[in-house]
Amino acid sequence: MSAEENTMSDWDMQQDSVYALRLFVAGTSRVSVRAITNLKEVLEQHLKGRYELEIVDIHQQPEMAREENITAVPTLIKRLPVPKRLLVGDMSDKQRVMKGLGLINF
Amino acid sequence: MIDQTNFTGQMSTLPKTPTGITGLDEITMGGFPSGRPTLICGSAGCGKTLFSLEFIVRGALQFDEPGVFIAFEEKANELATNVASLGFDLNKLQEEKKIKIDYIHVDKSEIEETGEYDLEGLFIRLGYAIDSIGAKRVVLDTIENLFAGLSNQAVLRAELRRLFQFLKNKGVTAIITGERGESSLTRQGLEEYVSDCVILLDHRIINQISTRRLRIVKYRGSVHGTNEYPFLIDEEGISVLPVTSLQLNKEVSTNVVSSGISTLDSMMSKGGFYQGSSILVSGTAGTGKTSIAATFADATCKRKDRCLYFAFEESPNQIIRNMGSIGLNLQNHINDGLLQFHAARPTLYGLEMHLVAIHKAIRKFKPQVVILDPITNLITVGTVSDVKSMLVRLIDFLQEEQITVMFTALTLNTIVNEQTDEGVSSLVDAWLLIKDIELNGERNRGLYIMKSRGMQHSNQIREFVITNDGLDLIDVYLGPDGVLTGSAREAQMLLEETGEVLHTHAISRKDRELLRKRKVLEAKIDSLQTEYESTEEELNKVYIEEEIKKGVMQQTRNKMTEIRRGHSTPDKNTKADKKE
Repeated sequence: MSAEENTMSDWDMQQDSVYALRLFVAGTSRVSVRAITNLKEVLEQHLKGRYELEIVDIHQQPEMAREENITAVPTLIKRLPVPKRLLVGDMSDKQRVMKGLGLINF
Repeated sequence: MIDQTNFTGQMSTLPKTPTGITGLDEITMGGFPSGRPTLICGSAGCGKTLFSLEFIVRGALQFDEPGVFIAFEEKANELATNVASLGFDLNKLQEEKKIKIDYIHVDKSEIEETGEYDLEGLFIRLGYAIDSIGAKRVVLDTIENLFAGLSNQAVLRAELRRLFQFLKNKGVTAIITGERGESSLTRQGLEEYVSDCVILLDHRIINQISTRRLRIVKYRGSVHGTNEYPFLIDEEGISVLPVTSLQLNKEVSTNVVSSGISTLDSMMSKGGFYQGSSILVSGTAGTGKTSIAATFADATCKRKDRCLYFAFEESPNQIIRNMGSIGLNLQNHINDGLLQFHAARPTLYGLEMHLVAIHKAIRKFKPQVVILDPITNLITVGTVSDVKSMLVRLIDFLQEEQITVMFTALTLNTIVNEQTDEGVSSLVDAWLLIKDIELNGERNRGLYIMKSRGMQHSNQIREFVITNDGLDLIDVYLGPDGVLTGSAREAQMLLEETGEVLHTHAISRKDRELLRKRKVLEAKIDSLQTEYESTEEELNKVYIEEEIKKGVMQQTRNKMTEIRRGHSTPDKNTKADKKE
């Protein structure tokens, strides 16, 4: 929660730049590992230094899965900047990841 | 694995989990298959959510089986509000950890699919919810919503298969709901995955009246009712009604209950109707069917038995007022709690609903006698065969409960309604028919017993009269012109009375004449007797005279002999006599 507040204030200060992201994975399953790798690749390439990524293992924190309404795994929740988006999958489709993050429009 | 051990452990029967829903456990012979998923499908608004929710709530309240409700359509608080009207306090149950509601929402508009995924999130949440309260029951309502939110069909189908396996492994009894598809039971073909028990709900509108129905499409490894069963959703939840009892093996009673009309009772050899039998009173309009029914109700209450009166034509107050005119005070019985009225227009709801409502009322009030007045009005909401099948079920149910039932039926001189009579008549045990007898410019009522199973009954038509003091039956007169009723009967009675008087008079005159004749004869006998006596005396006199004469002559002769001899002895006298 405190992290979230931080990002909120960060966001207030620097209008367009900070991405508050949370990735939900299930243990070390194949797709989960792939999702982390793929996502990090995209983030480093396009949003270097402008994002905060939290990785949540729902096996460890099932209550989180409920709170954030996670059904499919892996799911990346982009809380900021608005609008909130959910990116589902192993992030292998880079075009869609970029679109989901609002980095490209088409 | 769990169900396998169940199978080997109990070879004969499939373990079942009772739902607690009224009537459903009877149809399924015990409930849903334990530890297996059951599919409930149906179109929108047919009660799937309520059905599954009641399964969870009753499980928690009645069977001490905590349950998890995964809602894909409504939020937990929306659900709680929706079922609060049924008296289910979901929030309290959640606080007590008896149920757990999880709202899973997948919104396509905010989702970007970026590659391969699975539904591990769903599994973890479900597993977590089950483990956190030790749930024995799970509902997924409606899992098909996932198909709307996620586009990868292959993944969804694979995951569904895994989900059902997961539920089986957890050993929970699950309900999966599914929206009815156009050509299949569910839009997404969920029936492929859930193969143990499938229940179809239906919401049909016939003649502007809606009826909810339930059918068990399949139930692997169990016997079950195969019909469509109507069900009712009311303030107490769902009630399902078994259509017919499967066997005809009801208990029968030899006790007899009075009809309340002593002259009617005397027309039957046992002096009334058998307890638990069904009685049909049919007749044309205004023949006093309701009066007979009310008299029966009155007699029941006077025996301190309870009577439940279903009125489909008149309001209770109307009936009470009207029956006051024939000397029945029904209000007293209502005040004593022995009589209860249930009045409803037939068009209020469909036949099935009527049946369910009747069932419920009977179960609640536990009457010994039930009256339905009149059943013919029900035809307005169903066909003849519908009404018949409804009555079959009702009679079945009542016989099982040993409740005596009286139906009244209006007969019109149309074919359709005669059919109703015919239809019902084969079901009822006793049938009273009231007919109008039109004669000599007046209309009178004639009542006869068409049939009375298990006892002899009079074959006569009696005149049925309604007086200020109640109902009565009078023997009708059979004159040379046929049956006489009303004033013709009165006239005939007078005529016969006159005849009687005349007859008596005639007889007494004859008697007197006879008496006189006897007297004359007796007088004659007397005079003859006297005559005889005098004749006899006469005869006697002659005889005695002769004797005396003889004696005297002898003496004279002796004296003469004496005199001739001078003073000879009597011996010599004799000798002398001989010589002469």
